[in-house]
Amino acid sequence: MKLHEYQAKQLLARAGIPIPDGRLATTADEAERAARAIGASVAVKAQVHVGGRGKAGGIRIAKTPAEARDAAKAILGLEIKGLRVEKVYVERAADVDRELYLGITLDRDRRRPVVMLSTVGGMDIEQVAATDPDKIARGWPSPLLGLLPFEARALAFEAGVPEPQRDAVADIARKLFTVYVQTDASLVEINPLFVQKDRSLLAGDAKLDVDDNALYRQPELAKLKEISRDEEAEEKARALGFSYVQLDGDVGIIGNGAGLVMSTLDAVKLAGGRAANFLDVGGGAKEEVVRNALEIVLANPRVRSVLINIFGGITRGDEVAKGILAVIATHPPRVPLVIRLSGTEAEAGRKLLASAPLESRETMDDAAKEAVRLAKEPVRV
Amino acid sequence: MSVLLDRNTRVVVQGLGREGSFHAARMKEYGTKVVGATKPGKGGTTQEGVPLFDTMAQAVDATDANTSIVFVPAPFAMDAMLEAIDAGIDLVIAITEGIPVADMLKVAAVLETSGTTLVGPNGPGAITPGQAKVGIMPAENFSPGGIGFVSRSGTLTYEIADLLTRAGLGQSTCIGVGGDPVVGLPTPDAVRLLNEDPATEAIVIVGEIGGSAEEHAAEYLRAEGKKPAVAFIAGRSAPPGKRMGHAGAIVSGNQGTAESKVRAFEEAGIPVANAPSEIPDLVKQALRR
Repeated sequence: MKLHEYQAKQLLARAGIPIPDGRLATTADEAERAARAIGASVAVKAQVHVGGRGKAGGIRIAKTPAEARDAAKAILGLEIKGLRVEKVYVERAADVDRELYLGITLDRDRRRPVVMLSTVGGMDIEQVAATDPDKIARGWPSPLLGLLPFEARALAFEAGVPEPQRDAVADIARKLFTVYVQTDASLVEINPLFVQKDRSLLAGDAKLDVDDNALYRQPELAKLKEISRDEEAEEKARALGFSYVQLDGDVGIIGNGAGLVMSTLDAVKLAGGRAANFLDVGGGAKEEVVRNALEIVLANPRVRSVLINIFGGITRGDEVAKGILAVIATHPPRVPLVIRLSGTEAEAGRKLLASAPLESRETMDDAAKEAVRLAKEPVRV
Repeated sequence: MSVLLDRNTRVVVQGLGREGSFHAARMKEYGTKVVGATKPGKGGTTQEGVPLFDTMAQAVDATDANTSIVFVPAPFAMDAMLEAIDAGIDLVIAITEGIPVADMLKVAAVLETSGTTLVGPNGPGAITPGQAKVGIMPAENFSPGGIGFVSRSGTLTYEIADLLTRAGLGQSTCIGVGGDPVVGLPTPDAVRLLNEDPATEAIVIVGEIGGSAEEHAAEYLRAEGKKPAVAFIAGRSAPPGKRMGHAGAIVSGNQGTAESKVRAFEEAGIPVANAPSEIPDLVKQALRR
């Protein structure tokens, strides 16, 4: 789950990391008042859950409250990568001398957090990581001990942070690590970390993603969750215990198990089609589960055929087939269905499906081909 | 022989709830020695014929268990795994899904200084067909033989085991390493076990997008592979930035792509199946070479 910059900055401030004076605004009036209260040049920044907002016109500098009003008017309502800007953060402009980068995330290979510090902040840090990896100092603190003072110092030395800021940067790194642990973050980043002309440090921007698996113990953060238009179906599916991702094709996909569903998507692509979604119903496929899953997939108007790929394991194939038959008897779907059953009692299941108004195929490859063919057929009236 | 589990495997169940007791019964049916379960406060009693213990230490003392299987819900799973490690168990198999990454980082750090092997979490467990099953997989789809099988997935593992079994390719040990970003026995380590196992004639590796475990497994086999291997990668058509069901199945930037994994295997001389259905034939070809 992603937090907005202003939310992340509040968490940083609580940990003792210096942030600029700032106020949230949802209207041009509020932005003007915020700039007046701050009493200096401000940055007006779109609060949206995507990167690259600066390039998209989502950040403007305003020298006066009137300019802040105009800036907010221009930014509010803007669409950035498909997301509508509904709030801006009005923040005192920094007196920037140079920009550092500080970030903490998971290193999957080492199974440890990795703390990254660089004196080449501000620009696209992923670009620096790719072309100039030596410019980023890295440390892997123990998850049992946290970022120790000597480790933070070593990072500051390795990154080449100049002497006047060295101790302060090391201190901020340790504080940021505390935020990382306390918020169950999967990523926390200060980029840029400003060094101001008076040599003080200030978090210029902040990014914080929370581990979804940990939200149950982060009630305060869980309340900050915002669901965009794109994510409504995903949220609805999640509430039913499904895992759903909307894609841009026209073959609806339902399956049990993440790996099996991913393979089904791949099979559709190999057959020359495009999947409309990823939907994992989890274990089993009882009648109610199939009905709910179909409802979610068919809510997407682009769907022209649905491929159901179920492995009968603990839930036997014949029981799965009965569930599917019951659903199409009571809720006939608006598009053709292709069913592929495999695993335990799959043959018995296929026999049950033989006379039903649907296509049943023995292999995933054949089922994918059929679903792709049906999606390309003219709509039946 | 086999890896991780065999006829001498003695299992304690941690979390004998609805799912735990259902699968404990299936494991017993398969012939696995389920010697006890932990249920704090119920020590000394039995449930469905399984002796209950208050703590893992007591269970290990009383039963000589060498393996545990964890079904406890995610908020309590770290504690269960650490309790099993502390009790000196050789093998912990964690089925639980949805454990916070921070908890798994702590468990991984403790594992580094212990003699315990952890398989999972968020996986189906492991099975040495004909000898022991410690997991939730449907036993019918597996058969004894010489194919070592490592997978990050659940049902896809059953599907492929079923395909192998129907093609007459039995399995030495199948290890479901789990779909989380941080697991106890990552794919390369599981591959290493099978590579060193005399009973394993060939290795099937089923990976998916996210992380770089498959790349490391390919590197390892390229340098030290003793037997033929075949790979399959799920998620070739997945868009970047989207988590595909498994917490660990996500392409971030240019990291964790299917292309990178396929390339790594091909460069190591390991054929990569385009679909699960191609796996049995590729294995047969690899065994003939």
